[in-house]
Amino acid sequence: MKDTNKAEWPLWEVFIRSKAGLDHKHAGSLHAADAQMAMENARDVYTRRMEGVSIWVVESKYIHASDPEESESLYDPANDKIYRHPTFYNLPDEVKYM
Amino acid sequence: MNSNPNSEFQIPNSTLELLDFTLRLADDAVIMGHRLGEWCGHGPVLEQDIALTNTALDHLGRARSLYQYAADQVNRLPVDEKKKLFTSVAFQNLVSSGASVDEDDLACLRDCWDFRNVLLVEQPNNDWAYTIARSFFYDAFNYFFFTELVKSKNETLSSIAEKSLKEVTYHLRWSSEWVVRLGDGTDESHARILTAINDLWMYTGELFTMNETDKVMFQQGIAPDLDQIKTSWLASVRSVFSEATLTIPTGTWMQHGGKEGTHSEHLGYILADMQFMQRAYPEMEW
Repeated sequence: MKDTNKAEWPLWEVFIRSKAGLDHKHAGSLHAADAQMAMENARDVYTRRMEGVSIWVVESKYIHASDPEESESLYDPANDKIYRHPTFYNLPDEVKYM
Repeated sequence: MNSNPNSEFQIPNSTLELLDFTLRLADDAVIMGHRLGEWCGHGPVLEQDIALTNTALDHLGRARSLYQYAADQVNRLPVDEKKKLFTSVAFQNLVSSGASVDEDDLACLRDCWDFRNVLLVEQPNNDWAYTIARSFFYDAFNYFFFTELVKSKNETLSSIAEKSLKEVTYHLRWSSEWVVRLGDGTDESHARILTAINDLWMYTGELFTMNETDKVMFQQGIAPDLDQIKTSWLASVRSVFSEATLTIPTGTWMQHGGKEGTHSEHLGYILADMQFMQRAYPEMEW
């Protein structure tokens, strides 16, 4: 494979909904010339074992990611805030699947 | 079925035409599947490598259904009639032994002249443009053909057509887009797809030729009228070509013979590859 292929075909992120009612989940990435090809490549690469019923693709350059260097200030403060979890309520027995 | 084993067996009308027709569709599918499968590990990029092998497996799956149905038809014939079907020695030996025939036997024990596939599908991959052009011509044919075959009076063929149509619709979408990408792409891609189209054009006529089998199948309401398919096919090709800044080749001379077992030299190499394991290790299984 020539390097030019990679240079010319941008990277895309693929999100797959596994069945109706569920969320789209990140499945992986691939290279494609445009959105249409990205959609078809996603279909061929990520749904051939019945993994999905809906596909989203977005060019990777449009994803904004948090900086790993800032992890401490971003995420650690949540560690000691257990009162934010709804686990302190007593559920009646009649309520199932919570 | 006749319950009296001593009564003289009579082949119902059009039994052999139905078998010929079923086998042709199976042979088309298995040879096209094999050709696309040759790209496995050689695709220009991983994503297209997978796309081609997915499609190859669709063709192979359809070939299996059709070969199974063809094998059922063969097994209903008396031995004497089975022997007349194909002259390939390996197949003759099997039938003479009294064994029943299965899908693998039909795919692997017949030699070139007993294959009924159209010449288009056995043409070599050459480059990406040839592969795309060949797929596009075949996919467009399949799309209109299976759309009509769904209405067949033959329930087995109709249900195979219904399942195939979903797959074929995607194949056509994929190959049409590639024709546009190459045709309306760079100077080099345009030149390559143009060469491929011009070279392969003469193999497209056979898709629509009504031979004896086609005529009988059409009269019985089993197969569609290929003239009608040709009109839809041409309109579809013209529309994609126009988007791809390509024009329909002007050549009108067409190759024929595949449906009757006269093939190009390419088929022999395909079969040597495809049938080797079954010939060297008869009845082997994975």
